[in-house]
Amino acid sequence: MYRNGFFSLAFHTLFIAFIVAPLVVVMAVSFTGEGYISLPTDGLSLRWFHALWENQEMVDAFWLSLKLGLVSATFATLLAVPAALAISRYNFPGRGVITGFLLSPLMIPSVVLGIAFLRFFSLAQIGGSLWALSVTHVIVVLPYALRLTLASTIGLERDVEQAALSLGAGRFTVFWRVILPRIRTGVIGGWLLAFIQSFDELTMTVFVATPGTTTLPVAMYNQISQTIDPLITAVSTVLIVGTLAVMVFLDRLVGLDRVLIGEKQ
Amino acid sequence: MATYDAERIGSSPWLLTGPAMLVFVTLLAAPLVLTGMLSLNLFSDTKGVIPVYTFANYLEVFSDDYFHEIFLRTGGMALAVTLFCVLLGVPETLIIARMHSPWRSLFLLVVLGPLLISVVVRTLGWAILLGNNGLINQVLQALGITEFPIRMMFTQFGVVLVLTHVLVPFMVIAVWASLQKLDVQVEQAGLSLGASRMTTFRRVVLPQIMPGILSGSIIVFALAASAFATPAIIGGRRLKVVATAAYDEFLGSLNWPLGAAIAVLLLIANLVIVVGCSRLAERRFKHVFE
Repeated sequence: MYRNGFFSLAFHTLFIAFIVAPLVVVMAVSFTGEGYISLPTDGLSLRWFHALWENQEMVDAFWLSLKLGLVSATFATLLAVPAALAISRYNFPGRGVITGFLLSPLMIPSVVLGIAFLRFFSLAQIGGSLWALSVTHVIVVLPYALRLTLASTIGLERDVEQAALSLGAGRFTVFWRVILPRIRTGVIGGWLLAFIQSFDELTMTVFVATPGTTTLPVAMYNQISQTIDPLITAVSTVLIVGTLAVMVFLDRLVGLDRVLIGEKQ
Repeated sequence: MATYDAERIGSSPWLLTGPAMLVFVTLLAAPLVLTGMLSLNLFSDTKGVIPVYTFANYLEVFSDDYFHEIFLRTGGMALAVTLFCVLLGVPETLIIARMHSPWRSLFLLVVLGPLLISVVVRTLGWAILLGNNGLINQVLQALGITEFPIRMMFTQFGVVLVLTHVLVPFMVIAVWASLQKLDVQVEQAGLSLGASRMTTFRRVVLPQIMPGILSGSIIVFALAASAFATPAIIGGRRLKVVATAAYDEFLGSLNWPLGAAIAVLLLIANLVIVVGCSRLAERRFKHVFE
């Protein structure tokens, strides 16, 4: 391919500026010493990070989101790994339908999912607990865990498993000692992606979250729809930095392009 | 892919997919069916949800200008967002693809990374930039380009701009995936045979990445049409879209049946457009997909 010309690079510069501008602005504003949204002009201040640390509501919401992400990503992975193995290695009737069904939360608007879960919980008289919230998140993030695990099972040769089986290993031993080590990166990558999706989920959660189970995105959304103050930019800065750390880890582990774009053809 | 023979399957695939299917049938399919049933109920301010079955809510949505405006606005904005994502995302993907290591993977990371950052955070950044006293207006006024601040918050322009920012990575992903299949030598052959860059692009490269552009457009349109956080924050209370209207009916007016009907229509419209467009694209570009 030929090289990028002047206009291409100019377009590229503007595009990258467009992509990073809002994130840079949020981070810059969070270091202001003023009581309102402004760019720090006379030195950086950690005033709002201190205020965030003292803000019990946001701190509680953060821990809740963290727990929710850990629980739902783990359960989603536990359900997705066996399903992925069945889908990738058995040619059984209904395989296409089952795969489509398990991936369907990706195609259903989050608002619709939120309404459906709220209706279900109100009829079943449950909800308002971390467990009810976790169940909804398991469903929303399972497709991510399934997709990455499926990608890692493609091209897996079965000779080693056959050898292990013929040498007398049990099926569980084969899974634990032979299959799992070889799909490990897909499983861990899927778990991480599921965790991030759960941690960031807003639209569906807004419907099922109660005052006792307010996740961080819901708390932030409620705050922003009233007023935008530097405190909320401090939360955002923490989230951006945290996400960047996970991103670098994911990139080292499986390659971020593989996580986001899928298996290279 | 190594699959077992039909006779030797036994019950394994059912046992392996069973737990996930059980959770999905009871906690996804059942709630969706219940929502469909709820959309047929009636609502009164005094008695709440009345368990009768009628299409009254759907008739209301179809006959009320208020809802027409919301659905048309949502579709129009989603279309505009899709167009901007094509105009910005496709050239950018081609530019990144032409770069060399390490720039190529670095910029791909910069463009795709924001996908993992909460949409609330990304929208908040734009809310700070777009306000009447926001950074953009301050710069414009300081440069003397405009005397009074230009209103961008709570406008359709603002929502389209921010949704383009939020969704353009999906376009890059789709086009990037189709570029992986592109044979570089074909492009070189076009050039060496005397075709201009423009002709080579139009006749050789574009037809091959067209499926990527189409599938990217379908994803972007579907996500833009059902977006909630960005229209709610940037559009505000008055610039309603389908998702925020359903939210208001459900949690504001507490008219659950009407809210459910709007949600069902959003789901159906989404599925029809996504499945319909994918079918059309596959038929049109059959030769590329094979």
